[in-house]
Amino acid sequence: MSSHYEAPIRKPLVIGDKSYHDITVDVAAPVEGRANKQWWIVFSIALIAFLWGLGCIIYTISTGIGTWGLNKTVGWAWDITNFVWWVGIGHAGTLISAVLLLFRQKWRMAINRSAEAMTIFSVVQAGLFPIIHMGRPWLAYWVLPIPNQFGSLWVNFNSPLLWDVFAISTYLSVSLVFWWTGLLPDFAMLRDRAITPFTKRVYSILSFGWSGRAKDWQRFEEVSLVLAGLATPLVLSVHTIVSFDFATSVIPGWHTTIFPPYFVAGAVFSGFAMVNTLLIIMRKVSNLEAYITLQHIELMNIVIMITGSIVGVAYITELFVAWYSGVEYEQYAFLNRATGPYWWAYWSMMTCNVFSPQFMWFKKLRTSIMFSFVISIVVNIGMWFERFVIIVTSLHRDYLPSSWTMFSPTFVDIGIFIGTIGFFFVLFLLYARTFPVIAQAEVKTILKSSGENYKKLREENKHSHHE
Amino acid sequence: MSSNKKYWKSVEELNKNSSIVETLRNNEFVEAIPTDEFLGNQSTLAASSTTRRDFLKYVGFSTAAASLVACEGPVIKSIPYVVQPEQIIPGIADFYATSMFDGFDFANLLVKTREGRPIKIENNTLSGAKFSANARVHASILSLYDSLRLKEPKMDGKTASWESVNAKVKSSLADAKAQGKQVVLLTNTLASPSTEKLVGEFLTANPSAKHVIYDTVSSSAALDAFQTAYGERGLVDYDFSKAETIVGIGADFLGDWQGGNYDTGYAKGRIPKNGKMSKHFQFEANMTLSGAAADKRVPMTVAQQKLALVHIYNVVAGGNVAVSLDKKFEAEVNKAAQQLKASGSKGLLVSGIEDKNAQLLVLAINSALNSDAFIGAGIRQIRKGSNEVMTQFLADLKGGAVHTLIMSGVNPAYSLPNAKEFVESLKKVNLSVAVSLKEDETASVSKIAIGTTHYLESWNDLVLTKGTYALTQPTINPLFKQTKQFQELLLDWTGNSASYYDYLRLNSASYTAGSSWNKVVHDGVLAIAGATVGTAVFDFVSAASSLSQSVAQKGLELILYTKTGLGDGQQANNPWLQEFPDPITRVSWDNYITISKADAEAKELVNYNVADGGLNGSYVTLTVDGAKLENVPVIIQPGQAIGTIGLAFGYGKKAALKEEMQVGVNAYALYKSFNNVQSVTIEKTAGDHEFACVQLQKTLMGRGDIIKETTLEIFNTVDAKEWNIQPMVSLDHNPVKAVEVDLWTSFDRSVGHHFNLSVDLNACTGCGACVIACHAENNVPVVGKSEVRRSRDMHWLRIDRYYSSETTFEGDNNKKNNFDGLFGDKGSLGGFGEMELASENPQVAFQPVMCQHCNHAPCETVCPVAATSHSRQGQNHMAYNRCVGTRYCANNCPYKVRRFNWFLYSKNNEFDYHMNDDLGRMVLNPDVNVRSRGVMEKCSMCIQMTQKTILDAKREGRVIKDGEFQTACSAACTSGAMIFGDINDKESKVAQSLENDRMYHLLEHVGTKPNVQYHVKVRNT
Repeated sequence: MSSHYEAPIRKPLVIGDKSYHDITVDVAAPVEGRANKQWWIVFSIALIAFLWGLGCIIYTISTGIGTWGLNKTVGWAWDITNFVWWVGIGHAGTLISAVLLLFRQKWRMAINRSAEAMTIFSVVQAGLFPIIHMGRPWLAYWVLPIPNQFGSLWVNFNSPLLWDVFAISTYLSVSLVFWWTGLLPDFAMLRDRAITPFTKRVYSILSFGWSGRAKDWQRFEEVSLVLAGLATPLVLSVHTIVSFDFATSVIPGWHTTIFPPYFVAGAVFSGFAMVNTLLIIMRKVSNLEAYITLQHIELMNIVIMITGSIVGVAYITELFVAWYSGVEYEQYAFLNRATGPYWWAYWSMMTCNVFSPQFMWFKKLRTSIMFSFVISIVVNIGMWFERFVIIVTSLHRDYLPSSWTMFSPTFVDIGIFIGTIGFFFVLFLLYARTFPVIAQAEVKTILKSSGENYKKLREENKHSHHE
Repeated sequence: MSSNKKYWKSVEELNKNSSIVETLRNNEFVEAIPTDEFLGNQSTLAASSTTRRDFLKYVGFSTAAASLVACEGPVIKSIPYVVQPEQIIPGIADFYATSMFDGFDFANLLVKTREGRPIKIENNTLSGAKFSANARVHASILSLYDSLRLKEPKMDGKTASWESVNAKVKSSLADAKAQGKQVVLLTNTLASPSTEKLVGEFLTANPSAKHVIYDTVSSSAALDAFQTAYGERGLVDYDFSKAETIVGIGADFLGDWQGGNYDTGYAKGRIPKNGKMSKHFQFEANMTLSGAAADKRVPMTVAQQKLALVHIYNVVAGGNVAVSLDKKFEAEVNKAAQQLKASGSKGLLVSGIEDKNAQLLVLAINSALNSDAFIGAGIRQIRKGSNEVMTQFLADLKGGAVHTLIMSGVNPAYSLPNAKEFVESLKKVNLSVAVSLKEDETASVSKIAIGTTHYLESWNDLVLTKGTYALTQPTINPLFKQTKQFQELLLDWTGNSASYYDYLRLNSASYTAGSSWNKVVHDGVLAIAGATVGTAVFDFVSAASSLSQSVAQKGLELILYTKTGLGDGQQANNPWLQEFPDPITRVSWDNYITISKADAEAKELVNYNVADGGLNGSYVTLTVDGAKLENVPVIIQPGQAIGTIGLAFGYGKKAALKEEMQVGVNAYALYKSFNNVQSVTIEKTAGDHEFACVQLQKTLMGRGDIIKETTLEIFNTVDAKEWNIQPMVSLDHNPVKAVEVDLWTSFDRSVGHHFNLSVDLNACTGCGACVIACHAENNVPVVGKSEVRRSRDMHWLRIDRYYSSETTFEGDNNKKNNFDGLFGDKGSLGGFGEMELASENPQVAFQPVMCQHCNHAPCETVCPVAATSHSRQGQNHMAYNRCVGTRYCANNCPYKVRRFNWFLYSKNNEFDYHMNDDLGRMVLNPDVNVRSRGVMEKCSMCIQMTQKTILDAKREGRVIKDGEFQTACSAACTSGAMIFGDINDKESKVAQSLENDRMYHLLEHVGTKPNVQYHVKVRNT
C-alpha cells in the first residue's frame, strides 16, 4: 500500500535511521546467522517438554483415558480447558492480520507475521485435544462427514462438537493460507539473498516462484484483502462456536447465552497477551527493537486492558443473571464457583483477568516492558483458569448432589499440557530461525511514511519550506 | 545324461502291431477335447460379457482370495455339541425353578440358563414362593463361577483320590465307634428334611456322633425364647403386610434380621392406599435400612432399647415392671407404645436384641396385641443354632474330646471369635474333614478338605418356613467333576449306595403327596401342611423384670451387624458384592466402624475428601475384653446413637480370595459369646484409610424437587398441586407448566410400545437387589476399589441415599427458601455450607437413579457421531460400536447416569475380576455386549429383554399382557417400588401410575421429559 502522508504527531513505527536495505538485513539476520546458546537452551527445554508430552499422549492412547484424572461426573477437565485455551490464544493472529488490515492499522505490520505464526502453532496444539480426549481416537475420522460403507451412518449436525470440527479446521486452513500469502515476498527475499544452493532451492519452493513483478504485487495485495475479508468473520465465529459446546448444554454454569461474546473477548485478550509474551522476547533476542517498538507494546496493552474489562463485565453479568434468574441450580452453580471447593481457581481467574489488566490504565506501567511481560503471562494463567473454572466447577456439582465429586489431575494430564507448551515453542523457535519474522515487504511500504528518520526529514523540510 | 531305460505303460506295448498303442501315440488325449464346442461358436463368444481382461481379473481375485484365506484369522474356539441336547436351543434361554439356602440367605428362585449355563437369578413368582432374592442371592450366580473354588478332595493339603479320602473317613468313624469317642457333625442350619433325615441316619450308624448346628451369625436368643414359649426351635415368619403400626427395636428387618426377607410384606403397607399407610417407629443404634425407612427413628443404645422394650411391654401387655428409661426417650417410646396398643391386632413389634428375655417380651407383646402379623405366621426353619450347644462343642474340642470332626457349610476358623484357639484345638482331633465350596480358612487347616457343589449344581429339598416345601435342582452339571455334595458324602459314609437324587426323591414322596415330583420340580415350591405361630402362653413377668435390671456397659457399645453387600461373608470373593455400595454409607470394598459425630469429635476422628474426591477416614484400634482389632477405619455415621459404634461381619477374609477382595477387618474376632453387642474401647491410631465411597455429598442441599416429599396428613387432605408442585415458566406473560413449553416436535408415539419405568419412593427400601440384578443382566464391569474411589464406579443403576441436614428434609427446603442475601445468619453463603453437613439424626431417603430415557435427551443432541439416539419405544439407545468416546453426553446428562469405560475392563490383568477369568466370563449374558474401552455405556432399559418379549408375542401372534415387559431391576424388585411396562397399554399398571397424583419426573424443569417416573414419598409422621 502506498506510503502516503502521515501526521507528524503520530509516533514513528520504524525507529532509527533505517533504509530498505537495513530492513532486509535486519529481518534476514536471524535466518542467515547461527543460533546462539540461549536459543539452543530454550529449544532443548521445549523439545524435552514436547517429547514428554508425546510420551504421555502415547500412554493415554495405548492404555485409556483412565490415565487422566477424569471421573463419572467430571468428563472433561484439563483436556478441553487446554483446547479452549489454545484456541483462544490463536485468536490474536487473525485479529491482527485481518481485522487490523481492514481497518488500515499500520502498526500491525511489525507483528502480524509472528502473531499469525503463533495462531497457527496454537491451533495445532488446540486441535490435538479434541482428538486425544476421545476414548477411541483411532476412530476420530468418524466425526467427519465422509461418505462411508458403515451403512447409513452420518455425523450428527446438531452436535456443537461437530461444529467445532468445522470451525477449527476452517480456521486453521484460512489462517495458514493467509499467513503463507504474506510470506511469499519475504521468502523470495530470503531466496534472493541465499548463498548456498540448498537454501536457495528451499526458499524458492517456499516462495512459490515469486518474481516481484508489478502483477505479482497487485495480485498479492488483492488476495490479502480478500483473505482478510474471509478471515474476519472467523475471528468471531471460531470462539463463538467453541463457546456453543457449553452454551447449548443444560448444565448450570454452561447454559449461558452470554458465552459467545464473552468467549471472543476472552480469546482476543489471551491472544494479545501471548503475542506480547512472545514479541517482548523476540524483539530483544532477534534485535528487532527498531520495528517492534514500545509503541507496539503499548497498543497491545491497551487492547489487553479493554478486552480484560469486557471479560470482567461478562463475569459480573454471569453472577447477576444467576441471581436474577431465580433458578436455584443456576444460583448455586455460581455461588459454588466463587466459594466452593474450587474457590481458589475462581479467584485466581478474577485476579489475573479482571484486576491485573486494570494496571494498564497507567501509562507508566503500560509502557514498561518488564511489567507488560509479567502481565502478559499473568493474563494467560488467568485465561487458563477461566476455562478450568467454567468446565470443572460447573460439572463437579451439577443437579443431583449424589453425583457431586472432585477432580484432580494426574501426571498425564499435566504432562500433556506441558507437552503442548513444549510443542508450541519448538514450532515457534524453529519458525524464528527459518522464517522472516517480520513482514519486511509490508514494513518497507510504511518506512517512508512512518519511519523515524523520514518523518524527521519531512518535518525539517516542512520547516525549511516555511522559512 | 540321457537314460536308456524304457518305461512300459501297458502290456499292450508288447504287441508290436497293437492298434491301441498306435492310437495312443497319435493322440495325446484319448477322447477328443471339445474345444470346438467351447470356442467354435463365435457368436456366443462375442456376446459373452467376460472379456479377457475380466477373466484375468477373476483369476487375480481368486488367487488373492485363496491366499487371503490361507492367512490365519483370530481363532475363537467354540466347540459344538457332539450330541445336541434335545432341550437346549442355542440362543433361547431355559428357566429352572429352584430354591437356595446357604445357612444365611434363602430364596425361591427361577434360574435363567443359556446354552446350558446358568447366567441369571430371577425370583420365582408362583404362589407359594414366599422368599425373594436379595442382592447376595442375585450375586450368587457369579459365586458359581468362582475360579478359586475347591475343585478336588485334598488330604493334608495335597490332592487325594476319593478312595483314599473315603477310606480315611470311614476308618476314623469306625475307630471312633469302636472306642466310643465323639464324632461331631458341624453344619450350618440345614432346613432340609431329607438332609436332616440323612444326618439322623448318620447319627444312628455312629452312636457316638452328634450333630452341632452352627449359625455363623447367631439368632440363638430368639430361637431360645421361641423354644421356651412354643417348645420348638424356630423363628416367626412375620407378615409385615398385615401390620399398621410397626415398632422395631434394634431389629433391621429390612436387612438381615432373623434372615430378613420381610421387605416385600413391609413395602405393601408403605404405599398409601385409601388414605392409609403403616406407621413405623424404629429404636436402634446403628443406622439401618429399617431405620432409614422409618417414620420416626430414635437412635439409642442397646441398653436403652432393652428398657424401652420393657416399657412398651408394660403399656401393651399391662405389666408394671419398674423401668428407668432415660427421660429423653420417654416421650417417643411412650408414643410408640400407645400407638401400638391402640392398633391392637394391627400392631407389630419386633426386636433384634440378642437377649432371651428381650425376645420373650417380643412374643409377649405380639401375643398381647393378638397381632395379625404374628398369630398365624409361619415358623422359619432357617436358623437352628444354639450358642449353648456351640459353646459346649468348643469346650469339648479344646479338651480333646472330639475324635472325628466333619464340617459342612461352616468356616469356624474364620468366623469364630477365638478362631486361633479353634485351629489349635483342631490338631487334637484324630480326623477333621471340611466340606466346603472353597479352600477357606477351615478347609486349609483340616486334614481332609472336600470341595462341594454350589446350590446351582445340587439336588436338595428345603422347608424354609413351615408350610412350604421347596426343591433345589441343579441347573448345570458340576463344573468340577471332583466335587461332591455333602449329602452324597453322608450317603457314602453311612454305607448307602443310593445317589442323593434317589434318596431325595424317595424321601420327598411324603411331602409331595397330592402333587407330583415333576410338578414340584417344575414349580420349585409346594404348599404343605405346617404349624403356625399361636399365642404365646408363658409367664413373661420375670423376663421383663430381669430385662429391666440390665445395666449399661462400660465404654462404648459395639454393635456387630451384617452388611447388605457381604452378609456373613460367604461370598467375599464375589466382585459384584464387593463393589456393591452399602445402601447407607455408600462405601464399597470395605468394612469400618460407624460412629456418631459427637463421639468422633471426642476421639478426634475425622472423615475428609482429598483433592480427587476420594474419602479418607481415621483408623482406630478396637479392644473388646482383651481382644484387639487394629487399624479399623472410621466412617462418621449420621444417626448413629451416641455411645455406640457399628462394625460389619464378613470382611477381613484371606483364604481362597483374590488379592483385590482381601479387604476390611474380621469383626468375628470380637463376636464374643456370639453376642452382637460388645463393650468396646477405641483408640485412634496413626494414618488415614482410603475408602471407595460412591457418594461424597451426603445431603440433598434443600433440593426438594429431586426427592419430593409430603406427609400422610397433607397427602390426604390437600390437593396434589400443593405437594407435588409442577415447575412453571412464563410464556407470553402467562404462567404455564414448564414441561409444556417445547421447541421440539415429538415423535408420534401413539403406535407401538412406549416404555416407562415407575419408581415408588415409598416402597423402595434401598435393598439393592436391583443393582446386582442389573450387573448380572447387563454385563456391567467391576472396576475395583481404586477406581471406585476415583468416582469411576460403573453401576448403571445406583440408589442415591440422602440425609437431611436439618432434622427433616422439609426443614432443609424451608431453610433454603428462607435464605436472605449472601451474608449473615440467613445468608446463602454460610447456609449452603451448613446444608452440606448431615443432621445428627437425619431423615433418610433413597432414590434409585438409572438412565431416565428422556424423550428430549440432552445426551442425544450433543454426540458428534450420533452414537446415542432415541427409539420410538422411548428407550434412549447407546450404539457402543459407533461411540468414539468424547464424553460430551455424560457431561450434558443432568442425571449423571452415563458411565465411561476408562480402561479395558475385560480380559485385562489390571482388573482381575470375573471378566478376566475364563470361568468368570461364563456368567456373561450373551445377549448383551461386553463394552470395550473408550466407550460410553448406560442403562438400556434392558432392551434385550423388551425386544425378546415383543418377538415372542409376535411369533405367537398375541397381544402382550401387562407385566410381561420387565427390566432386570423391575423383575428383581419385590417391594413393588419398580414397575415397568408400556404406557400405550392404557390398562397397564405403569400407564396408571403415570396418572397417579404422586407421579413426578426427576428435574422436570430441565425439560428432558423422562420415561422414568418417580412417586412422591409420603411420610406417616
